[in-house]
Amino acid sequence: MRLCRASRAAVLVITLAAASPAAAGVVHVDMKGIGFTPARISAKVGDAIEWANHDFVVHSATARDHSFDVNVIANKSGRTVVKKAGKIAYYCRYHPNMTGEIDVAAK
Amino acid sequence: MLKFVSLLGAGVLLCGLAGPAAAQGAKPTDPQIAHIAYTAGQLDIKAAQQALAKSKNKQVRAFAEDMVRDHTSVNDQALALCKKLGVTPEDNDTSKGLVKDADAYRAKLAALSGGAFDKAYAEHEVAYHHTVNGALESTLIPSANNAELKSLLDTGLKIFKGHEEHARTLAASLK
Repeated sequence: MRLCRASRAAVLVITLAAASPAAAGVVHVDMKGIGFTPARISAKVGDAIEWANHDFVVHSATARDHSFDVNVIANKSGRTVVKKAGKIAYYCRYHPNMTGEIDVAAK
Repeated sequence: MLKFVSLLGAGVLLCGLAGPAAAQGAKPTDPQIAHIAYTAGQLDIKAAQQALAKSKNKQVRAFAEDMVRDHTSVNDQALALCKKLGVTPEDNDTSKGLVKDADAYRAKLAALSGGAFDKAYAEHEVAYHHTVNGALESTLIPSANNAELKSLLDTGLKIFKGHEEHARTLAASLK
């Protein structure tokens, strides 16, 4: 019984340890009214940026430094993981008047 | 296109000079506005279809595909809204002028091929979106009575401003 409890505890510890690398955050951005909201966000290396498209046309989140190009159809979402610290300016390929910026901090 | 510009220009001039009371008669109605906006979208789809039939340039074709997709989406929204509001789009002189000018321009482009066609199409897309956006901003949006129609036109304007900027980048890359 005690052994059983101990092994359960061990499994729990292992599970928690395994979960921790995935504990990086998700930063949400809306594509709404032909704009990115919020237009400027902060994130950490390893975080995912998720764009939710609330408009009725397709949008993209395209990095000017070519580090990502996420296509997001109407009423769907898409994401990318930022891997490098620094500021990344991005825009929508189809509607280049839509612009945004991600300030990525080191871990 | 010139007729469209001068017609809308005349409307704006009338508003500015004669005040709101006199401008009342010159203002397009919601069914007319819906018809003008829908027609402008359909004509840009036709122009894009011509580009897809004639051009071999990857960027030009991608732009044309974007135009077909976006203008179809906007017009689908417009039709759904008209249905919901019980509005029947009404043909008018501005719509007729747009169709006539676009038909003439497509005939002119039909005679071109290769790089000359691509350049002419891209430059026309800049000018066309610029004119339609100007008309939306100065006449169609301020004249719209229904709030939902106004809101759809506002969204349309933002989308088409994106197209204008996209077309400018495309045209510049073809020089």
